[in-house]
Amino acid sequence: MTLATTAALRFDRVDKTFQDGTVALVGADFAVAPGEFVSVVGPSGCGKSTLLRIASGLDDASAGQVHVGTDRLGYVFQDATLLPWRTVRGNVELLTELHGLAKAERRRRSAEALELVGLAGFHRHMPHELSGGMRMRASLARSLTLSPELFLFDEPFGALDEITRERLNDELLSLFRLQRFAALFITHSVMEAVFLSTRVLVMSGRPGRILADVEIPFEYPREPSLRFTAQFAALCGEVSGHLRGAHA
Amino acid sequence: MSTVTEAEQVAPAAVAPPRRRRPVRPWRVLPPVGVFALVIGGWYAISYLVLDDARRFLLPPPHEIIDVGFLDPRNLQQLMRALWLTTEVALLGLAIAIVVGVAAAVLMSQAKWLEVSVYPWVVILQTIPILALVPLIAQWTGFGFSSRLLVCVLIALFPIIANTLFGLQSADAGLRDLFRLHGAGRLTLLVKLMFPASLPAMFAGFRISAGLSVIGALVGDLFFKQGEPGLGILIDVYRARLQSEQMYAAVFLASLLGIAVFLFFGWLGRRVVGKWYQASRG
Repeated sequence: MTLATTAALRFDRVDKTFQDGTVALVGADFAVAPGEFVSVVGPSGCGKSTLLRIASGLDDASAGQVHVGTDRLGYVFQDATLLPWRTVRGNVELLTELHGLAKAERRRRSAEALELVGLAGFHRHMPHELSGGMRMRASLARSLTLSPELFLFDEPFGALDEITRERLNDELLSLFRLQRFAALFITHSVMEAVFLSTRVLVMSGRPGRILADVEIPFEYPREPSLRFTAQFAALCGEVSGHLRGAHA
Repeated sequence: MSTVTEAEQVAPAAVAPPRRRRPVRPWRVLPPVGVFALVIGGWYAISYLVLDDARRFLLPPPHEIIDVGFLDPRNLQQLMRALWLTTEVALLGLAIAIVVGVAAAVLMSQAKWLEVSVYPWVVILQTIPILALVPLIAQWTGFGFSSRLLVCVLIALFPIIANTLFGLQSADAGLRDLFRLHGAGRLTLLVKLMFPASLPAMFAGFRISAGLSVIGALVGDLFFKQGEPGLGILIDVYRARLQSEQMYAAVFLASLLGIAVFLFFGWLGRRVVGKWYQASRG
């Protein structure tokens, strides 16, 4: 079996030009295999979010092909995007509602998802009563109710403080090992990208091209202390080097 | 299997905000009461000190307004009947304005071309002076209750349309994307996302229009005097007859009606969206 038929996500020389003439992507060509965690780092406005939107079907590619190997997609936005008028449980059940699942099944899945992200006692709370980190967890739980095989993350932890961010990184990795999804993760943080991923793609500034594909050889589970090893620093340096080239 | 580390275990109760009603402190009540006393004092001063006997009808003292307006059973009965009728017009007008206004806003929220086509007419509705429309209305619905109702609706309609449309369009773009991603149709989007999101703005619109509907009922009275008299007609009649105590009593009742409707919709709004809106703004 070739990579083409087993990839969870594949971009085949994809271009994207918007109606107003902005060229967001040029020749985006990469694949994410099932169970791979791929991060994308790049300067602001380089088309990273566009990549995700095309992968999810929210936008169309102007040229090239996009293959998505599954219809079970999870999408996590930078903002937790919870419905303020629903409880945490009501929010987590939203996607199963939209997909027409029965109430008992919805309840079961939301309870399970809340347990996974550590919000089990908070199902009756309203979003405004939660901290930023907890809201992001609720958003994650919502996506988990559909057991996605391909998870798309758009800088989900960018708005959080560093401590919460690192904690959520650890928790995300635990989820990753448990659920075994394929992931495409957009981030500004080189450290976060290297810590979480099996591969890191570096994008150039607009128009966005993929400049480098860096393998991250560390085994899972990854301890938090990995962040402070020499090998980790070297890899971060390598990725940063490519990024600096991106700004040139 | 929970992935949360021990340090993160926060008891749910610790995160919920406290919901206490603070007891009313005596010194908080003093300023409003003080101002009220000042106003009444000023009133009496103008009544007795500034106005001579012949001109006192311009601003009769409060106790005489109460005596003649409310304590005289015949006057009271007349005032109450008029109050009831004006309330009928205002509430019915408001109800119609709400139904029509929300429907129009929902329609315009569905497509940009709809909004661009219909909204100018809504604005025209707002800016045309009622006076200019009176002959038209009189031709279609006569000079009685129906015409007063129509005037009331016309006056109360705009804030409902404008606020509801604004509310419907205020739903977060990320949420719209999320709904779209998971195959939500137009109706689902409207019912589960846009409509709840619009509630705070809608109730703000209802509150404004509630006040306007009372004004509309009174204005309708002035243009269309046929039939059972509402408060507007009574005010005008008392004015013409120089029965100023009754006139002030009628004006007072009209103000009370306006305040009551305003407070009601404020309360209703808080009940419906209070759980998630006020707090999230705080």
